Amino acid sequence: MTTIVIYVLLAILLALSIIKDRQKTRQAFMVAVKAIWKMAPGLLAIIGVVGLILGVLPPETIAQLVGSEAGFTATITAALIGAITLIPALISFPLAASLLRSGATITTIAAFITTLVMVGFVTAPLEIKALGKKFTLLRNGLSLLAALLIALTMGVIL
Amino acid sequence: MEIIKKFKAPLIIALLFLLLAFLLPEIATRSAAVSLSYFKEMALVLPPVFMLMGLLEVWVPKEKIRQLIGRESGIKGMFFSFLMGTLPTGPLYMAFPMAGALLNKGARVSNIVIFLGVWAAIKIPQLIAETEFLGLQFTALRFILTLTAVIIIGLIMERLVKTTDMPTMIEQK
Repeated sequence: MTTIVIYVLLAILLALSIIKDRQKTRQAFMVAVKAIWKMAPGLLAIIGVVGLILGVLPPETIAQLVGSEAGFTATITAALIGAITLIPALISFPLAASLLRSGATITTIAAFITTLVMVGFVTAPLEIKALGKKFTLLRNGLSLLAALLIALTMGVIL
Repeated sequence: MEIIKKFKAPLIIALLFLLLAFLLPEIATRSAAVSLSYFKEMALVLPPVFMLMGLLEVWVPKEKIRQLIGRESGIKGMFFSFLMGTLPTGPLYMAFPMAGALLNKGARVSNIVIFLGVWAAIKIPQLIAETEFLGLQFTALRFILTLTAVIIIGLIMERLVKTTDMPTMIEQK
C-alpha cells in the first residue's frame, strides 16, 4: 500500500521533472545513485544484523524474556529489547497485546513499544552516516530516557 | 580492494551467517528468512525514496526549505514537520536520507527531530493498528506523551548539535 503511494508520487514528480528540465532530472538521478552507493554497506549490514538478532530472538522468545512478571526489571528488559531489535510495528502490536493479556504491566508494554519505534541500535551506523555521530547519540540516548519516562507515566495513569 | 574495504561490515556479517549455517543451521535458516524479507522490502522501497531525495535536492531551493522548516519557521515549521512525519509508513531508517537532505537545505535541527520522532512513533497507519490491538486509551496517551517528548528532545538537541556536526551525503559543488 505505502509502496504504491511512493511509486505513484515518484512517477508524477519524475514526469513533471523530465518535462521541465531533462538535465536537472539527470542530476537528481545522479544524486540518488551516489547516496545509495554511500549508504549501501550500512544498509546491507543492517539487513544481516536484523536477521541474526531475530533468528536468535524470535517473537516467542522475546515474549518469554519480557515475560509476564511485573516490576522494574521487566520494564528495563523490555526497553532494552525494544531498543536492540527492529520489529515492524504491525507485528509488535499484536505481540504487545498478547503480553498484556498474559500479565505484563502497561509500563512494560509502553516501554517496549516506545523504544522499539524510537531507539535503533542496529540502525545507528546508518543514522550516523546521514546525520552525524553527535545527532545520533543524542537522539537515541534522549529517546531511551524519554521512553522510560513515558512508560512510567502511562503505568501511573492507566 | 577498495570495494572490499567499503563493504567490510556486510562481508563480516555474511561470514557469520556461513558459520551459523554450519553450527546452528536452524537459527541460520530463520535468520536468512528474516534478512531476505528485509532485503526485499528495502530493494522495493529505498530506490524511490532516494530518487525523491534527489528531486528534492535539485528542485527545491534552500530558501523554500528555510522558510518552511528553517530557523525562523516557529510553530508553523513544527506543525509542518509533524505533518511530514505522520503521512508515510515504513521503518525509521528510510527517513534518515531525507532528514539529512533537509538539514543540508537549512532545516532547523528541532524540526528534523520532530519529523523523525513522529515518523518513528506516531504516524497514522501505525496509530490505527495500535488502537485496534491496545485500545484507544493506551494509544491516545502514548501519542500525547510521545509528541511532547519529541518536541522537548528536539529543543534540547538544537542547543547541543551544530549544523557543522552534520556529514553531507550529497557532495557539494
